[in-house]
Amino acid sequence: MTWTAAASAAVLAAFLASLVEAVEALTIVLSVATVRGWKPAALGALAGVVTLALIVLLLGPFLDRVPLHALQLAIGVLLLLFGMRWLRKAILRAAGVIPLHDEAAVFAAETAALRAHTQRLDWLAGLASYKAMLLEGLEVVFVVIAVGAGRGLLVPASVGALAACALVVLVGLIVHRPLARVPENTLKFTVGVMLSAFGLFWTGEGLGVAWPGEDLAIVGFAALLILVAALAIVVLRRTAQASA
Amino acid sequence: MRLLAGLLKELVGLFVDDGMLALAIVGVIALATLVERFVLDGTAGIVLVVGVLLALFANLMAVSR
Repeated sequence: MTWTAAASAAVLAAFLASLVEAVEALTIVLSVATVRGWKPAALGALAGVVTLALIVLLLGPFLDRVPLHALQLAIGVLLLLFGMRWLRKAILRAAGVIPLHDEAAVFAAETAALRAHTQRLDWLAGLASYKAMLLEGLEVVFVVIAVGAGRGLLVPASVGALAACALVVLVGLIVHRPLARVPENTLKFTVGVMLSAFGLFWTGEGLGVAWPGEDLAIVGFAALLILVAALAIVVLRRTAQASA
Repeated sequence: MRLLAGLLKELVGLFVDDGMLALAIVGVIALATLVERFVLDGTAGIVLVVGVLLALFANLMAVSR
């Protein structure tokens, strides 16, 4: 794979993963804003972004000091766990075993929970916004580091993530509603496959495995993961139909 | 303190949703590490890929039962 192709893959993986996380964060921030106004929502979100920036600034320089194989192995294992978690959930949702993620329902539940607390509402509302931004943001940071570190692709991965976040913020500001029409399960499935494929590659590299075709092996891993996922969806659907 | 514990729990939750799947993946990686050290070149890669795919499929089938 050429640098451009590898960079494109990093941009795409970071963009799609960040899109999902940004939509989830936006839903919480919007629910806070709806119940208590934009001030606690914006302050909480801003505090979350500042905390994230501090974490990146504090921990970022350590990345260069970690030996490459150890970094590849650590990132590979975490990426594999992270990607398989998304893929497993997306498969179960596609097969109808668990319900699809519904941003409108999350929005309703969050606003109801916030309305239930009449005391200390501003503080709680700000905290909800802060927590959403920090946790979803940490996932974005992790994905950027995971797909970008070790190959000098941090900049393209960051560009992909920032573009997704900017897009979601822009659309959120315009529509003022949770982005329920985003095909979240399809995105999660795609990102789960991509991150798991990257995870297999990096874990193998960290262990010293010489993959045939080098970076191109990632495409092969993605194809195998899609094959297994499709097979699992078919079997799960048939099992559900048989027991119904 | 509760906030910190909650954040830590959610942080772990970023990587571990189903404990058995996470454990199986870690087990496959441990096996691949041993194979890479003591067995012929290339075998560890096969163990890793096949092991992870089997772990995912087996975990999903267990859910359906």
